[in-house]
Amino acid sequence: MHVPLSAYLILSAFLFVLGVIGVATRRNALIIFMCIELMLNAVNLSFVAFSRFLNSMDGQIFVFFVMAVATAEVAVGLAIILAIHRNRETVDVAELNLLKW
Amino acid sequence: MELVLFVGLAAVAAVSGLLVVVQRHALYSAMFLIINMGSLAGLYVLLHAHFVWAVQVLVYAGAIMVLFLFVIMLLNLPREEVRWASRDLKRILAAALLSLVLLGELVLVVGFRSAGPSAGPALAPGFGTTETVGRLLFTTFLFPFEITSVILLVAIVGAMVLAKKHFD
Repeated sequence: MHVPLSAYLILSAFLFVLGVIGVATRRNALIIFMCIELMLNAVNLSFVAFSRFLNSMDGQIFVFFVMAVATAEVAVGLAIILAIHRNRETVDVAELNLLKW
Repeated sequence: MELVLFVGLAAVAAVSGLLVVVQRHALYSAMFLIINMGSLAGLYVLLHAHFVWAVQVLVYAGAIMVLFLFVIMLLNLPREEVRWASRDLKRILAAALLSLVLLGELVLVVGFRSAGPSAGPALAPGFGTTETVGRLLFTTFLFPFEITSVILLVAIVGAMVLAKKHFD
């Protein structure tokens, strides 16, 4: 019994929407960041599933680049969170409201 | 056999993904995210993506999440308190409802198009191996590969600048 492509796509959609709920709902900046990583992982799963079912290596190469960009983004994002914590002693995004009118 | 493995790994991925979102402490979220990445790595093996599996375990679960854990334990934050004020509750319910609408849309558009039990096309020999990925990275995808090295350099410089305490 083989697993169809739609099963992988539904799992990827479910993980992506879990990431969206986390980003929109949580207040801790680190958990928001982790939900962004969850979304990226869901998209990676979609890419690899399509790559296998279309017999094309392009999906896996793209996953390689997504991981490289995610690495760079995590490094800079965590440095930003550390700088915010050093200045404001909090990582609660509800407290970061200086630009709010 | 493949179906059994897929159902097991997909269940672990879905449950750990759900637990990432609902935890109060950031450390537990990071742990469940590592489990999620591990189960996704197992799914990559099922999809004949051996290089992606290795990179996922080494880079994603082994470097990015370790960096997350460093920062979480450095900041040493308390648990996030649940403020069930009415404004927060309305925001959370609106976000959850709209996200469920998004999930319904995604499932309806792509979920049942290819639901037949076909095994997919026969794969080329060497599909998903490191040699194939390496050859493609240095021939067809050479330009993005070089640009990625520039991105990583920019990220290193940016992280160092942001983490400095004072400029002298």
